[in-house]
Amino acid sequence: MSKLTRRAFISSTGALVVALAVKTDVAHAAADGAAKPALKPDLLDSYIAIEKDGTVTAYYGKIDGGQGLETAIAQMVADEIDVSPQSVHVVMGDTARTVNMGGASAATGISRAGMNLRRMAADARRLMLDMAAKTLDVPAERLAVTDGVVHDKTDASKRVSYAALIGGGRFDAPVNWNGQLGLGLAVTAQAKVKEPKAFNVIGKSPPRRDLPGKVFGTLQMAPDVRLPGMLHARMIRPPVAGAVPVKVDEDSIKGIPGAKAVWIKDLLAVVAEKEWNAVRAARNLKVTWTDSHPNFPGHDELHEHIRKAPIVKRHIQMENGNFDEGIKQAVRVIEGDYEFPTHSHSSTGPACAVADVRDGECTLYTSTQKPHYAAEGVAELLGLPRDKVRAVWMFGTGSYGRNDQGDATADAAVLSKHLGRPVRVQYMRHEGIAWDPKGTASVNRSKAGLDASGKVIAYENISKAFSRLDVGTNEGRAADVLAGHLLGFPLKPDQSFEIPVASYTFDHQRRGWETIPPLMDRASPMRTTHLRDPYGPPILFGSESFVDEIAAATDTDPVEFRLRYLTHPRDRDAVRIAAERYGWDKRPSPRTDQKDKAVAVGRGIAFRRHFTTFIGLVAEVRVHRKTGVIEPVRYVCAHDVGLIINPDTLRHVIDRQLVYGTSRTFFEELRFDRNMVTSVDWETYPVLHADFPLPQIDIELIERPEEAPSGAAEMALGLVPAAIGNAVFDATGVRLRRVPFTPARVKEVLDRA
Amino acid sequence: MAQRFTLDIDGKSRTIEVDDPDMPLLYALRDDLGLNNPRFGCGLGQCGACTVHIDGRVARSCVTPVSSVEDRKITTLAGLGTPENPHPIQTAWLEEQVSQCAYCINGWIMTAAALLAEKPHPTDKEIKDALSTLICRCGTHGAAIRAVKRAAQAV
Repeated sequence: MSKLTRRAFISSTGALVVALAVKTDVAHAAADGAAKPALKPDLLDSYIAIEKDGTVTAYYGKIDGGQGLETAIAQMVADEIDVSPQSVHVVMGDTARTVNMGGASAATGISRAGMNLRRMAADARRLMLDMAAKTLDVPAERLAVTDGVVHDKTDASKRVSYAALIGGGRFDAPVNWNGQLGLGLAVTAQAKVKEPKAFNVIGKSPPRRDLPGKVFGTLQMAPDVRLPGMLHARMIRPPVAGAVPVKVDEDSIKGIPGAKAVWIKDLLAVVAEKEWNAVRAARNLKVTWTDSHPNFPGHDELHEHIRKAPIVKRHIQMENGNFDEGIKQAVRVIEGDYEFPTHSHSSTGPACAVADVRDGECTLYTSTQKPHYAAEGVAELLGLPRDKVRAVWMFGTGSYGRNDQGDATADAAVLSKHLGRPVRVQYMRHEGIAWDPKGTASVNRSKAGLDASGKVIAYENISKAFSRLDVGTNEGRAADVLAGHLLGFPLKPDQSFEIPVASYTFDHQRRGWETIPPLMDRASPMRTTHLRDPYGPPILFGSESFVDEIAAATDTDPVEFRLRYLTHPRDRDAVRIAAERYGWDKRPSPRTDQKDKAVAVGRGIAFRRHFTTFIGLVAEVRVHRKTGVIEPVRYVCAHDVGLIINPDTLRHVIDRQLVYGTSRTFFEELRFDRNMVTSVDWETYPVLHADFPLPQIDIELIERPEEAPSGAAEMALGLVPAAIGNAVFDATGVRLRRVPFTPARVKEVLDRA
Repeated sequence: MAQRFTLDIDGKSRTIEVDDPDMPLLYALRDDLGLNNPRFGCGLGQCGACTVHIDGRVARSCVTPVSSVEDRKITTLAGLGTPENPHPIQTAWLEEQVSQCAYCINGWIMTAAALLAEKPHPTDKEIKDALSTLICRCGTHGAAIRAVKRAAQAV
């Protein structure tokens, strides 16, 4: 145990408490005396602290975007350390108090960071049992813990609390760190985590701890931060992509109290003391822009553009057997193309962040899902040492991938440094749709070769798309944010796409991708990065629709077809259980008995494995032939995530994302013309509303407590387009090849058939 | 020239000075008065994140000029209920665990509360129609509809 108390540690390292206006986590730290943790990834104190009152603090280097991670992490830690979940405080995403665990990324909140904290909690318990053994003079094997009190199993009078053992102190205990930061960080220690039979709170469903503050409106979010002397800023974006300011007429806003233009290289903003005056100044500011001719193809021509565009990089990511040989032996070849549009994150709230840059230090108040990386990117932008930039993550609008939060955070930092005052940047609606980093459009094409018996002997799946990484998903470099582009930092695009996970065992197969040049390099409103389930919906719409095509071509039931080529038991169970729970009638698609019916009914299935999450999704639809309206009637989702921490919250996460996936399937498509993105609000970027006929959603959780937990926050949504498309085929015999399934487009395809 | 306006918000009289009488009420609530529940979502009246009640009816504060609401009764989410004395819709929202990020929650709860005040036992269609003018990007629509039905049963 440390000789330094936590409070002494604070005074020895300087006050960490900032910003009187920030009421939530930061103030909590001040109030209860919790100190800055060690922040050395190989020390237990960086992850777990026992406070003076015996409560536990878990330092979680990720964030909770609204999927209930705060509650789940508290459950995991509580179970290993033997306190009630209410006694676990979770500090999230503050770079001064948490080790970089990669922010929200790839739905790894539980599977990676949560498991790290679980192991750390178990080791903290082990160390406290050792301490108690000495204090009580009882062998550690004879000790048990009940709600933070260590006691002799045979003599209840011999007891000592965690608070008495170490409350407010430090373990100073090393742990095994794999040397990585971010998503790859792994720490292990001597203590073993509990077996499932010993769980007390893992597997139970305490309600989300963040919800009362949200429901009663007492939870402070990042846009609510107000600092003394803070200025409100609005960014000025060009009317044509690629244009930069050449002349700014300050007189055009001189009648607006306090309003002022800030022009740094190509970055242009207005600021004012009062927020509304900043909005007015942004509207009134007269700017002369350079001539720019982006010559974008327009959204209607986008997929033709992708097909014809030169290939920058072709990558065969997975190959078994020899596809070229296999396809030669085929007696029958089937081919299918599938098109997916550009999607915007279009977060409910356009990005908002506050930055305070003073005296060579910077504090960021942000709801970016990657606060550690945002701080790194801002350090590069401002030319500050990394340890002089602190990002304080706060709840805010759901980001679901790398949305515009990182851009706003960087803008605020640049403006605050320039002005010497705290600056709050709030993007307007058009920026949240037209200027956020986009999820790329793609064409997914498949080819399959069958032998005389109808067996698939050759299979190829190739996506052709823009790279999904024009800017980094981590916003950890100046090149990853708009401000960096506008200030002239070198660009660092990456060439990358993905393939569908290879679960089907075809003899000869090849899966790969081809990227094409971006439509614009610098400060492009079309720049790509990760959007929730970054490549799932585009690839799975192609690959799982095509699997259905092969099944239909061979007169095979779609469930039976999949089971024929799936060997892993968890793959097979996901498909089988979804079908069983739905009440699947075994027969090939399409139905042939509805030709004369105005409304045709059908069911379709789609399947995926993503990391070690296994999902089968059945959709039932009613297709209104006259209008082209598709009504999803029912979804059945069989979901295997391994160990389940909180079943109710998991169900909610799946339910909500299936609705979100439905929005992307039926409504969303970014519009743009030759000059600029023309989706600028909720009328020009249509999304699902409550009057949409939502399906009944049945979720079957497959329980495997012996398996490591995987992720759930984005895995199911990617199956929606293919499951719907396959159901429409079952109902009508017509194959949908382009998302979104708008009534006009569906009717056109039906009429053509 | 700055103008003074006195507003009745959650039962309290608040006076503010504004530079522009056309300033939307949202900016008075957030920027001048520090009331954070009405949120900026679009500034166009399209998403409902900024919803308040004015004389018991839903209004989009982002497109309501502050000069038009003097002498009217403005209610925000903070004035709707508290953990000790929750509005039935807040109780139902917690029971259904509706929200994810909850950036939009203000609009949904305020809209649902106004609906239930007008129609304590709304039909499914009335519920969907009332909520259909709101944006949620987390996909909580179905859960929200279930929560309104639950609250209607509890009333």
